[in-house]
Amino acid sequence: MAVRQTPVKKAWRSLGWLIALIVGLFALNLGGVLWAGGTWTPKLALDLEGGTQIILAPKLESGQEVKPEQLDQAVAIIRQRIDASGVSEAEINTQGGKNVVVSIPGTKIDDETRNRIESSAKLEFRPVIAATSSANTVVQPSESPSPTDAPDEESSDEPTGEPSSEPSSEPTPTVTPTDASDDAWITPALQDQFNAFDCKNIESSGANVAPTDEPLITCDVNGIEKYILGPVEVSGETISDASAGLIPNAQGATTNEWGVNLVFNAEGAKEFGKVTTRLYGLTDNKNRFAIVLDGSVISAPTTRAVITDGKAQISGNFTQQSAKVLADQLKFGALPIGFEVQSSETISATLGTSQLQSGLLAGILGLILVMIYTMFQYRALGSVTIASLVVAGIMTYLVITILSWREGYRLSLAGVAGLIVAIGFTADSFIIYFERVRDELREGRVIVSAVEAGWKRALKTVYAAKGTNLLAAIVLFIVAVGNVRGFALTLGITTIIDVIIVILFTHPMLQLLARTKFFGDGHPLSGLDPMAHGAVYRGAGEFRVIKEGKGKSALSSSKEAARRQTIAERKAAEAAELAAKGKK
Amino acid sequence: MTSRFARFGNALYTGERSLNFVGWGRFWLIVASLMMIASVLIPVFKGGFNFGIEFRGGSQFQVSEVQNAKQSVATDAVASVVPDMVAKVSVVGTDGVRIQTDQLSDDETKQIADALAVAYNVPAANVTHTFIGPTWGADVSRQAIQGLIVFLVLALVIMAFYFRTWKMSMAAILSLVHDLVVTAGVYALTGFEITPAALIGFLTILAYSLYDTVVVFDKIKENTAEEAVLLRHTFGESVNLAVNQTLVRSINTGVVAVLPVGTILFVGAYVLGADTLRDISLALLIGIILGTYSTIFIAAPLYAWFRQGEPEIRKHDAATLKARGAAVKV
Repeated sequence: MAVRQTPVKKAWRSLGWLIALIVGLFALNLGGVLWAGGTWTPKLALDLEGGTQIILAPKLESGQEVKPEQLDQAVAIIRQRIDASGVSEAEINTQGGKNVVVSIPGTKIDDETRNRIESSAKLEFRPVIAATSSANTVVQPSESPSPTDAPDEESSDEPTGEPSSEPSSEPTPTVTPTDASDDAWITPALQDQFNAFDCKNIESSGANVAPTDEPLITCDVNGIEKYILGPVEVSGETISDASAGLIPNAQGATTNEWGVNLVFNAEGAKEFGKVTTRLYGLTDNKNRFAIVLDGSVISAPTTRAVITDGKAQISGNFTQQSAKVLADQLKFGALPIGFEVQSSETISATLGTSQLQSGLLAGILGLILVMIYTMFQYRALGSVTIASLVVAGIMTYLVITILSWREGYRLSLAGVAGLIVAIGFTADSFIIYFERVRDELREGRVIVSAVEAGWKRALKTVYAAKGTNLLAAIVLFIVAVGNVRGFALTLGITTIIDVIIVILFTHPMLQLLARTKFFGDGHPLSGLDPMAHGAVYRGAGEFRVIKEGKGKSALSSSKEAARRQTIAERKAAEAAELAAKGKK
Repeated sequence: MTSRFARFGNALYTGERSLNFVGWGRFWLIVASLMMIASVLIPVFKGGFNFGIEFRGGSQFQVSEVQNAKQSVATDAVASVVPDMVAKVSVVGTDGVRIQTDQLSDDETKQIADALAVAYNVPAANVTHTFIGPTWGADVSRQAIQGLIVFLVLALVIMAFYFRTWKMSMAAILSLVHDLVVTAGVYALTGFEITPAALIGFLTILAYSLYDTVVVFDKIKENTAEEAVLLRHTFGESVNLAVNQTLVRSINTGVVAVLPVGTILFVGAYVLGADTLRDISLALLIGIILGTYSTIFIAAPLYAWFRQGEPEIRKHDAATLKARGAAVKV
């Protein structure tokens, strides 16, 4: 009996490993739930949970590519915008190396948030009414000189103290401002607000969504200077082009100084002309206009000339790099590349729930049908299939839950479909195995050895076949976007789990069951009944069950039929073989 | 108590019963070629495929939990906002309505969503809207085609290594191509909508069809290796025997794979918003049936045909037939 003992031991050992694996996964998830914010259910994608998904695609000229760092920058900027609007739990990802996907769970987002995400950026020109250095940014790292903050100004931290006290001394709330630079905009309330304003809080102040026809308190992007700006006079959409270039001097020869050239369209040119005409006549800070991007001043140059042809130049202490950044910002808004909305999808929570339910319903129905069919085909052996599917199901659930916790994976409807489709693929490993065992029974083996021999052959096939499945899943996962990705992932996970289950569960179970009386003796209901499988053996000394009478139909049915050789045939075959060899 | 199917399996295994797939190979290959040609011609004559909104671009609204799912209500609601707009309204399940229109502006979208909620007398939360730019579908399909090519090349190489013969690998890939082309043909013929979800289904056909072929080819490889030293079967006969011996498996696998896919299709067709389920499963259903069929009727005969001309195989076949003649005389 010692020989027989080994497979049993092996079987128990395999089952032990399986239990250890499942307990390990369970413990990992339990740890996650207890200490690291994990959950017992996988997170759901928007199509199942309800929410809004907006896909932004870069506007590219032909042949133009998106650089990864541009994309990262865009994601960071969009994230800031969403955070500023107070929406929590938003997920911003890149997709396929070029798209930005914004997913916001929950039923609906308000229009403001939507605009904030979809607008490539809000760029405005506002006149400066008052400016002062920000008291809150005493420490300014010296290693990062920032020429963009105030071109044409000698230095931005030059204290221009007057506005902070002066305007408040003449509270004129009742006077209607005559133009955008009028001090009348500064009411005492606005003055207090300005004095209390901390550049650190610019994100939460709502400066980036301020109404265009009211004054705005804000700071420059580095938090060095703070401003009271008049209403918007020229909006950013009127810029038709912006480029960085070397500034020519009065004689037209190029200098080493970098600047940004702006070109306005007709409407912008008219408006810009009006503004510069007024500002040119003003002094001090009121001579300046601010370029405001998403609520922050990126530059506040002085007005040196009246510009009516729509071609402006911003000079300052630019380097080639910083001039280019500003030009890009002016051209595309805050985002390094222009984006357009490729798709925007809102799924109500009701619809999400109903999709999830229908997915689960389809899964359960599919599982029941597979169970019925395998029971019908494989009798009691079918129960091994069902148990294997159940174990595979538990493992898959744990792995997906852990992935969702660790990697932020979200189960989508396509993912659910992948899981359901996988039921059939997984069950097929068992079918391959069982059919091989039956083949061995037909060869006349006893059940215990048929299980071992069938397993050896089946395992090779399972590896090869599952290998192709895994290959498909990996290729899909790498090249695919969005939904396809979720599907490929579930397909890959279930394929791997399938192989694990066949090795660590299905085979050991069969090894053990083959030693029970019910299966070992080949009970007609066991699905391993040697008689039912016509246990036939081509060699001598073994039993033959198939009646010779049936052989006739085989002979007549086709010449390809694998006829069992009679002694005469075998002799003839051997003779022919010898003859063939002789000819060589 | 013997199941009739198991007995059928036994008969196939011993060769007592044999279905001559390889012998009829020429016939099946002609059928396959004709089907592929038809699949290519159908879209040409029918003016292409019926692409889903993801490829055309446009706006889509879904209204759930509707008491009275009348189409005219939706048409009127859309017309009240954008008078000229042609709305494609379909009722999904018993209480869902889906409305597709050309691309709308944000404002129009919002107004129509509100109008629909009022018209169908449901809370605003029950109306969902989707906007899809025309480039989205193109993006997805470009990725899908890339994936397809990468996969085909990789699979061709890996299988050639595994089976130690590129002829097996070629036969498997060709039958896979057949499955994909004919599935596309079925889509063109029936006018089923091609959506990104349907593309996912197409891509899964890759996995399934090849998977199915590998299982059968593994058995063919085993059989032909054993038979090469014996003079019982010609090469074609050994291939055919292998197909017959795995026939029960092929049928069982096919059925087991189709069952869950069929349930998804059934559920997906009757539940609002489960379009993803419906589209994936429809493509898969067609693909699984074709994949099972093509392994038996195309891949195996093709492989036998590829190798028939090899000198060693010819020699073996001739010797076998001669020995058989001798045996009959004895």
